[in-house]
Amino acid sequence: MNNVLTQEPQKTEEPGSRRLIASMAIAGFISGIIIIAIYLLTFDTIKENKARELREAVFKVLPDVADMKKLHFTENKLVVVNADGMDDEMIFAGYDKQGKFIGYAIQGKGPGFQDTIHVLFGFLVSNSNITGMEILDSRETPGLGDKIFKDMDFVGEFINLPMMTDIKAVKKGTKSKDNEIDAITGATISSKAVVKIINKAFNKWSPRISKGQQ
Amino acid sequence: MATDITAYEEMIKGLWRDNPVFVQVLGMCPMLAVTNSAINAVVMGVATFFVLVGSSFLVSSFKKWIPRQVRISLYIIIIATFVTVVDYTLLALLPAIHKELGAFIPLIVANCMILGRQEAFASKHSVKYAVMDAVGMAGGFMIALFALGAVREILGVGAFFGIDLFGANFEPWVIMILPPGGFLTLGLLLLFFNWITERRKQFLDKVAAAERVSANG
Repeated sequence: MNNVLTQEPQKTEEPGSRRLIASMAIAGFISGIIIIAIYLLTFDTIKENKARELREAVFKVLPDVADMKKLHFTENKLVVVNADGMDDEMIFAGYDKQGKFIGYAIQGKGPGFQDTIHVLFGFLVSNSNITGMEILDSRETPGLGDKIFKDMDFVGEFINLPMMTDIKAVKKGTKSKDNEIDAITGATISSKAVVKIINKAFNKWSPRISKGQQ
Repeated sequence: MATDITAYEEMIKGLWRDNPVFVQVLGMCPMLAVTNSAINAVVMGVATFFVLVGSSFLVSSFKKWIPRQVRISLYIIIIATFVTVVDYTLLALLPAIHKELGAFIPLIVANCMILGRQEAFASKHSVKYAVMDAVGMAGGFMIALFALGAVREILGVGAFFGIDLFGANFEPWVIMILPPGGFLTLGLLLLFFNWITERRKQFLDKVAAAERVSANG
């Protein structure tokens, strides 16, 4: 008797598997609609934010720039594109107020200490100088690795940096040559990663740019 | 009137007596991961607040239609929907902060405090109590995150909400913003919290004993 009593309430509450599946499906469906709605609602703002961030970054790494054009490297030449967003085969050409070409903003990606670092740097073709560096995206350790964009001394080293040979990161205070960069104390790996990414991107793009000049 | 008092109590208990972090020690992953600055902690707290209150409301409203066998999956669907909403909203409105919190926003889904409240409270109580409970718990979580974030930012960076506090001569305790600093701070805060609770209990015991003596005499 006792046994029956304890089992009974459970038995009556046992819903069929059809009902279980139905409730999951309905919940999933409603959730899907909400997610699509919020995605569509925020899509434009997110896209605008990204485009604005990129524009600001290009204007920051190239001095006196008033206008920019996106260039895409396709079939061995640089073509102007107007598409939104960007991919790895894209660089940005900066022009001053008179519409005169100043230089390129080149992007590069590579592994940092935690995750991929996405770097943008300005490059003057006339004197082969790097004019500035900006981190577009990174997940470096807050307080240490994130100094690659928060430490203005480090960022400042990339302003008017002659790019004749590969640049090198050295221990802070031991910089002796033009192509050397003082690494950040406590963020050596991140500093070296930035330098390596710039070297790699530069070596990838410099032949392409000179081809585009002809 | 009597119900109002208990509803209020449901809310207040999460702030202190049953604080999800200091007493229940739940939600440790976001707790340790995003509290390296006060602003990150606050934004994480607000995001969790929204998700917890929203899902408690829904779970409590639909508790009659949620079959027991698939309840956990349904809670997760509800929580995950709210988290996605928060994720996109932050990305659109506060892109800079979203960049910092990045990976931890989707992880709110796996915050055991949120799922725990659905299972332990919202699925068994009426909407009003469930929401009050969620507000209290999320508030308590936010207070705890903020306490941890503030301590770690002040000691580890020498700043508070990005405002420099001690000038150039202060050498930041870098360890405080790294993971070990999170554990250290959390341990010390737990110690402090338990010490206060213990002291309060002793005090109440003493008062009770004194009252008994005076009643007897």
